[in-house]
Amino acid sequence: MYPEDLKYTKEHEWVRVVGNKAIVGITEFAQDQLGDVVFIELPEVGEKVKQFESFGTIESVKAVSDLYAPVSGEVIKVNDALEDEPERVNKDPYGEGWMLEIEIKNPAELNNLISAKEYEAYIKDQAK
Amino acid sequence: MPMKETVGTKGLIYNEDVIFEKSVEGRKAYSLPALDVPEVEVQQLIPEEYIREEVSGFPEVSEVDVIRHFVRLSQWNYAIDVGFYPLGSCTMKYNPKVHEDIARLPGFAQIHPYQPEELTQGAIRLMYELEKYLCEISGMDRVSLQPAAGAHGELTGLMMIRAYLTSQGNPRKKVIIPDSAHGTNPASSTLCRYEVISLKSNDRGCIDPDLLKKVMNEEVAAIMLTNPNTLGLFEENILEIARIVHEKGGLVYGDGANLNALLGIARPGDMGIDVIQFNLHKTFTTPHGGGGPGAGPVGIKSHLIPFMPVPTPERREKTEEEKRKYGSRGVEEYGSGGVGGSETKASSYFYYLDYNRPQSIGKVRAFYGNFGMMVRAYCYIRTMGAEGLKQVSENAVINANYILSQLRDVYHLPYDRYCKHECVFSDKYQLKNDVKTLDIAKRLMDYGFHPPTIYFPLIVHGALMIEPTETESKETLDQFIEAMRAIAKEAEEKPQVVRNAPHLPKVRRLDETTAARKPKLRWKKEV
Repeated sequence: MYPEDLKYTKEHEWVRVVGNKAIVGITEFAQDQLGDVVFIELPEVGEKVKQFESFGTIESVKAVSDLYAPVSGEVIKVNDALEDEPERVNKDPYGEGWMLEIEIKNPAELNNLISAKEYEAYIKDQAK
Repeated sequence: MPMKETVGTKGLIYNEDVIFEKSVEGRKAYSLPALDVPEVEVQQLIPEEYIREEVSGFPEVSEVDVIRHFVRLSQWNYAIDVGFYPLGSCTMKYNPKVHEDIARLPGFAQIHPYQPEELTQGAIRLMYELEKYLCEISGMDRVSLQPAAGAHGELTGLMMIRAYLTSQGNPRKKVIIPDSAHGTNPASSTLCRYEVISLKSNDRGCIDPDLLKKVMNEEVAAIMLTNPNTLGLFEENILEIARIVHEKGGLVYGDGANLNALLGIARPGDMGIDVIQFNLHKTFTTPHGGGGPGAGPVGIKSHLIPFMPVPTPERREKTEEEKRKYGSRGVEEYGSGGVGGSETKASSYFYYLDYNRPQSIGKVRAFYGNFGMMVRAYCYIRTMGAEGLKQVSENAVINANYILSQLRDVYHLPYDRYCKHECVFSDKYQLKNDVKTLDIAKRLMDYGFHPPTIYFPLIVHGALMIEPTETESKETLDQFIEAMRAIAKEAEEKPQVVRNAPHLPKVRRLDETTAARKPKLRWKKEV
């Protein structure tokens, strides 16, 4: 449920680091908690995002939540397919449900993220 | 004890199309008398470019079609006049019908907003006195009656906070909001160009003063809190919270959505709250939701008075000339020493609207706010009186605690304390049978009740937020408790019945996802 090769935030985003790029989405836990996603608002390519600050919003039948950037940098790709098919986030949160690709500005920031094991322990602790 | 037949589970509900489907060309719901004046060509009255040759698409129906259409639609509805409506944080209490009588008096219902003050003395005086009553109830120094809803009151209050801080030299950047807050709080702050800092509640469901100390600094304009908070719990450290915020030059905004727990018992103004909005459609029984517009007057402490929206209702002694012209009799002043009123003599005051407030944030609403709602709230306060209002809150709190005590063994209580006017359960016990909060809420409809607020406050996973209000009798509460207990039992024994609920309403579970993803926003004629 929480792939080992990804890094996580406590706000339930995941990040896949490929060279100096970071691919970003939300976790299986997040999509399950949100329920059916109906709308996602993402930044435009070229916009700058800051670590742990909001980069967009996600709306489900239950709630509207902010999306938080796991790393700072410039947005170089956006998953436009989510506009028409937000359900991709529910069906495949780590694959087709990806949201952004960010050019990592400061690799040291990756140390502020948690591992799959730590994330799993964190959500277990939250559920108590 | 065997369960009595539940309310609202039998009967005939009619299907009904949109009114456009009923249209038959040439059918009318009116008949005009023969013309008894000379006919004038419409072109002589209205410029050519404004005349439409043909109106297409309007429904053409007879009177009986119209009546049946809307009566049938109204029968699909669930309302406070139909049954118990325990929607937490919304204070869905009964709206006494005497208010409707009073609001329909021609002197209130038929005045025009541009009518001169000399001819609307009673209406302005009602606003003046309502403000005084709300001040007395809340311990605030003045109240603007203009905002048209609770969130509008929040925005107005924050605009005054911004104007006040700006006059002090710095509007500041941030607003602190507890994670249990109403969603409107961060929205209002953002609209007012403040960045929101979310504050985690402690394990008692309240604000943690130590945590607040850490985030409170000179960049913070205000804290927005709700007391009692959305868990229905009183913020025990409110005085310390206010002190921490005031010491750094910030202000305390109190969301008055839960005022129904405090009437005549505790006053926000005495707790260090600088600004508070009243939801007249909650605590003060003006119609809520489909029944009419809301009203969200906002109360302030003296340092914010210069920034109030215009106009404000005021009064002054009549001049000698005015006394000669209008007499000093006017309307008899309220004199039995109830809230706000102390005069016993005939009125020697002239009531007027003050627009001359140079530091005002301006107007926030057309004319004077939703005046009809003010009439109803005024009527409510005057009918109840000081003692009656206190009893309202006492009974609201007792009712909520009664429900809490009768359901706590079958529904999980995340914050196990006495509550104020509402209590919050969760679906934790039912989850082991894969029955969720949504299922419980839907199943309640089969028992004839409106579901409580669900999945709010956000800090309780699978929240069921129940606010019975003071207007429900013990018999009604018992019926509701019985239904909730029956559902808890069903969740154990036949969970699929709950999971597939509702079974009895006209429509069953809606496909909310498709409705949100592919909304049909208007009717279109099928060709």
